[in-house]
Amino acid sequence: MAWTRKILRVNLTAGTCTEEPLNMEWAHKYLGQRGLATKYLVEEIDAKVDALAPGNKLIMATGPLTGTMAATGGRYSVITKSPLTGAIACSNSGGFIGNEIKNAGFDMIIFEGKSPKPVYLYLENEKAELLPADELWGKSVWEADHILHNRHQDPLLRIACVGRSAEQGCLYAGVVNDLHRAAGRSGVGTVMASKNLKAVAVRGTRGVGNVRDIKAFMQATQAAKAALAGNPVTGEGLPKMGTQVLMNVINEVGAMPTRNMREVQFEGANRISAEAMHIPRESDGKPNLTTNGACFGCTIACGRISTIDPKHYTIADKPQYKAASGGLEYEAAWALGSDTGVDDLDALTYANFLCNEDGFDPISFGATVAAAMELFEIGAITTEHTGGLEMRFGSAEALTRAAEMVAKGEGFGRDLALGSKRLCEKYGHPDLSMTVKGQEFPAYDPRGIQGMGLTYATSNRGACHLRSYTVSSEILGVPVKTDPLSTDGKPELVKAFQDATAAVDSSGLCVFTTFAWTLEDIAPQVDAACEGGWSPEKMLEAGERIWNLERKFNLDAGLTAKDDTLPKRLLKDAAKTGPAKGKVNELHKMLPHYYEIRGWTPEGVPTAETLNRLELYEQGP
Amino acid sequence: MHKALQLEPEKCTGCLQCEMACSYENEQAFNPSKSRIKVFNFHDEGRFAPYTCSQCSEAWCMHACPVEAIVINQKTGAKEVIEDVCVGCKVCTIACPFGTVNYNSDSGKVIKCDLCGGDPACATACPTGAITYVDADHTGLARMKAHASQTIPKA
Repeated sequence: MAWTRKILRVNLTAGTCTEEPLNMEWAHKYLGQRGLATKYLVEEIDAKVDALAPGNKLIMATGPLTGTMAATGGRYSVITKSPLTGAIACSNSGGFIGNEIKNAGFDMIIFEGKSPKPVYLYLENEKAELLPADELWGKSVWEADHILHNRHQDPLLRIACVGRSAEQGCLYAGVVNDLHRAAGRSGVGTVMASKNLKAVAVRGTRGVGNVRDIKAFMQATQAAKAALAGNPVTGEGLPKMGTQVLMNVINEVGAMPTRNMREVQFEGANRISAEAMHIPRESDGKPNLTTNGACFGCTIACGRISTIDPKHYTIADKPQYKAASGGLEYEAAWALGSDTGVDDLDALTYANFLCNEDGFDPISFGATVAAAMELFEIGAITTEHTGGLEMRFGSAEALTRAAEMVAKGEGFGRDLALGSKRLCEKYGHPDLSMTVKGQEFPAYDPRGIQGMGLTYATSNRGACHLRSYTVSSEILGVPVKTDPLSTDGKPELVKAFQDATAAVDSSGLCVFTTFAWTLEDIAPQVDAACEGGWSPEKMLEAGERIWNLERKFNLDAGLTAKDDTLPKRLLKDAAKTGPAKGKVNELHKMLPHYYEIRGWTPEGVPTAETLNRLELYEQGP
Repeated sequence: MHKALQLEPEKCTGCLQCEMACSYENEQAFNPSKSRIKVFNFHDEGRFAPYTCSQCSEAWCMHACPVEAIVINQKTGAKEVIEDVCVGCKVCTIACPFGTVNYNSDSGKVIKCDLCGGDPACATACPTGAITYVDADHTGLARMKAHASQTIPKA
């Protein structure tokens, strides 16, 4: 079993919380978390709904392995329609809240409608109630977390919360849990705040049991943990260096997007890298990195816990930022650093703290600042717009001030809170927005890693590396090495990664395990926990079904094949340096074949045959 | 020879595999809230620390129990709660100076670490070696060795 087989439905308009049974027929087709919640969302909302209207719903969903002893089995996802992209949004987070929801007895929580006043959900096992959040509204995530722990006199309460950025309508606000883990992308926090829902505070003591075959489960999870421990990436690289292990690697291969993706290598990379985080600083003799920390059940422990140099200008008069908290992961270090040209490690760490404290996505934020810097340098934005701030590439001051303004929704921060696409449109240069479907790029330049171009163009949630991380194959050689500068075989590679990742994201496990695991390692764990015969083939098929369901939602929402593209800069302006020098992304060589192997028409629409094969014609309950 | 749990907080990442292993061993469910070992997250300092019963020789809990529900397992040296005898009076939870005996409202009895009869599940589950099960008379051996290495003159 492993599913609790119960969902909690919270109607914010009516102020009611009701339990209902999980649709097990769907669970057997969509597994859990990303897949199953997408199925619920697709069945329950009109794809054309305004993402910030009460008609949109927001689902917090765990997977069947969430809360079990499977390594990394602590994940949960937030699924909704995105205000940033107008497409499906599904943001995955670790930390401890997913396990707590499961321990309270629920596979997922569906939020619908809009509360007339700010509220938070308090969930203690089966006791669920909406409580007034007037005192929390206008507070940061960190402040609200503190207030809630005090109010309920419960140090073990787990909290997911939106920050002031979300309250102020920042289109890339996330939902932060456990102070510094986040369902960060696509504005899922913006949707939560639009419903006047400030936080979800959970305490679960029911336990996660009912594993189908506990002996087989313990054996499978034990073997899988050994594989993680023995793998150089998950056993050594990630615990020691974090995802930041990639900074120098990706810079070397010339795929490090720099200064709003004008360049593909950053001269300051080594100053903001994992290695730099280990070097003791002059002021107090301590390195930026305090320790590594794990999410629930994770035997990798890639998380960074950092401090800012106590003498740094950003915090000299702000004692609240002198404690340790969530440090730089590769994506944040890239977006806040390389993409803005800033190589001040402490400024980046400070901006990252603010992203956590007020719940906005450091990738979208950094990339939007980068776009603003380019607009400033060409004169489209001036100090009159920015309130006197010189938004120049390389300016740590511009970056940290921008973060402070977005955090609270002040001044020029309100423009930056629109995201890169709307910012560039507003100031008359839409071509300078480095986005797909309105979502900002992550840290891999598709001129230097060709498969990532197709990954970004076809990702159901807009530009994103976590939908098919072909970097794994093209750069790291996992599971097999492919040439990053060639498009050969990339449509097949991208499809395989997309389908497998959709399955992993629906299980409760972390996608980082796939540096060491394939579905051959994951399926036995799922199968031992859940009935339904979860072979690797069945998982892959579920992944393909989920991918097509997301695609169908996006098409119904009004997106078309025209949205499966990249900014002109990546298709026309060749990389200037490094191994990819002279290359653009050759999306046109990959996309038509990708549609074909997906079983889609040349217009990118799944054929009737494909939908039938994946049983996607079924109706709702 | 008795063995003891050796806790090395500097190796702990806060993953809670130990809490799941403990609760599974004792409650047949993955339920950190019912774990006999707890991991504390000192967030502002960036430190984690696992903590559980150290099996005192002259155990306060055992002496305080009015119904003699806490007894010594001669094989392991663990102080074990005899569930059938325990009346849930919680005096032991007050007597323990370390807070490692706790009440379980689901069963109406107290729970504490019993070393799993000599094969502690937490130590097996710990992925970083922060919890190990070693000779009870030499829980300091690894630290002694580390310091001893500093006494060797450098070549």
